Amino acid sequence: MIRLRRAGTVAGLAVLVAVVVFPLYYAVAGSVMSRDDLTRFPPALFPTSLHSGSFADVLHAIPLARQYANSILVSLVIVGGVLITSVLSGYVFAFLNFPLKKLAFGMFLATMAVPAESMIIPNYLTMADWGLMNTFPALFLPFLAAGFGTFLMRQFFLSFPREVYEAAKVEGCGHLRFLWQILVPLSRPALGTLAIHAFISSYNHYFWPLLVTSTPKMQTLQIGLAQLNSVEERAPDVIFAGVVLAIIPMLIMIYVFQRHLVRGLTAGAVR
Amino acid sequence: MTAVLEPTTTARLTPARRRPRYRPAEIGIAAAFLVPSTVVFALFVFYPLGRTIWLSVHGSDIFGNATGFVGLERYLDFLSDPQLRAVLPVTLLFALCTVVPTVVIGLGLAVALQAKVKGVGFFRTLMATPFAFSAASAAVVFDAFYSPSLGVFNGILSHVGVSGVDWLTDPATALPAVAAVSVWRDLGYAVLVFSAGLQAIPEELLEAARLDGAGRWRILRGIILPLLTPTIFFMLVVSTIGSLQTFGEINIMTGGGPDGATTTLVYGLYKSAFAFGASDFGLASVQGVVLLLLVTSITAIQFRVLQRKVFYS
Repeated sequence: MIRLRRAGTVAGLAVLVAVVVFPLYYAVAGSVMSRDDLTRFPPALFPTSLHSGSFADVLHAIPLARQYANSILVSLVIVGGVLITSVLSGYVFAFLNFPLKKLAFGMFLATMAVPAESMIIPNYLTMADWGLMNTFPALFLPFLAAGFGTFLMRQFFLSFPREVYEAAKVEGCGHLRFLWQILVPLSRPALGTLAIHAFISSYNHYFWPLLVTSTPKMQTLQIGLAQLNSVEERAPDVIFAGVVLAIIPMLIMIYVFQRHLVRGLTAGAVR
Repeated sequence: MTAVLEPTTTARLTPARRRPRYRPAEIGIAAAFLVPSTVVFALFVFYPLGRTIWLSVHGSDIFGNATGFVGLERYLDFLSDPQLRAVLPVTLLFALCTVVPTVVIGLGLAVALQAKVKGVGFFRTLMATPFAFSAASAAVVFDAFYSPSLGVFNGILSHVGVSGVDWLTDPATALPAVAAVSVWRDLGYAVLVFSAGLQAIPEELLEAARLDGAGRWRILRGIILPLLTPTIFFMLVVSTIGSLQTFGEINIMTGGGPDGATTTLVYGLYKSAFAFGASDFGLASVQGVVLLLLVTSITAIQFRVLQRKVFYS
């Protein structure tokens, strides 16, 4: 009886998971289906034969390699920027005393509550004024600092005993050296969480790159995907192939770094 | 001597402790370390915040250049034009159609994944799958699925005798269809968050309830849900704010149509400013300010509630 019930639970779970995973399954299956499988009605649910031509077609439709590189490069620059700015400001708010500290910290936190879409027009105009339209800096400049990152690093630094800081000061260790040689190596978990968080969110940017880039060579992968979808004769197999290529890094991240991810995502949820 | 001195020193110390003395060197370091973040925030958060508000109270010519000060005229334009105003109910409906299913289904899945059976860890990992999809990749995939003549959704439905649903071009189904993509994409996140919340519930509590003969349903209603309220509340807030900011799915799947049925506030902002050669930055900024007010008030409510909230752990 118990065994039967257990088997029932597993079956139930498997069905639920199958429903949730179906879009991924069908994108992968569709990317290797023949066009006949996809363009008859009803479309095939399983590939009747395997094709890889759709992947080559993606490369013809958009400069995929270049857009891939754009996306990765921009995301890495943003990760680097966010890590540096967040470590520095997190350190200040965790260890140092200065006038108006509370107000300053409040301002940093307030940046998290402002929706990016509300500022997108002025930021667009700023990029136009600076002549940065359709350039790399336009893609990463606004994202080099994050209120969330500052908050996360401050919280992590505060979890260290204050004596570590005092001892370093007594020994005459400078702030930068203390930060770089002691704090940063000890903070790898928080840095990892922040890096993954920043990478995923910038890799997925859509609205901003749509506005500030105009040529396929400067566009990011996300815009390229939308482009695949908007051409006159859109072919489902090519779209699926494009998506499969685009989500590979993300799939690796969520399956490999799930623990890291959860820690970052639930930073505010569970105490 | 000391007996006389001590009270005075403490008296002098108390107010001094209240107002911490600063060391100039420390202030210098703090300022230097804050420069990088502050520059970014000043240029790309605070300045544009001011400029959005400024633009919203100024007229604009056909090239998008601001003209004279017009006060709240553009806000009245926005609120009095039935077509423009329609973005508000659409936004609300879109939020309802994303937030409620995300929280309910996400919670249900997370609870189901608490089952103590072999392979549940694997299931949980798979359940995070939607999180790998960006707005754009989910949108193009679902756009293909929704295709009336070739899509796999109508293909599956044809097996049960339903045919020819025009998912994205029928005003009645377009908004729920787009919302469903957001729900699916948020599910991975919701499951991660709820699972973390569930795992924080002490096992002894559940064990004690089981020993007292409480059924699954009673345990869920009497123990799990009350203990999970902070997490549920967090998810409600996060996914409401997320749904207010949805752009990619709408842009790729419907372009705000049919007939404005999926034109939310953010999409209305985009259309006013950038679509079809329009560059009415004033009107777009009005919508930007409305969005800002909505999101910040939700955040403010969140802080209020969190401050009052009794945490059980």
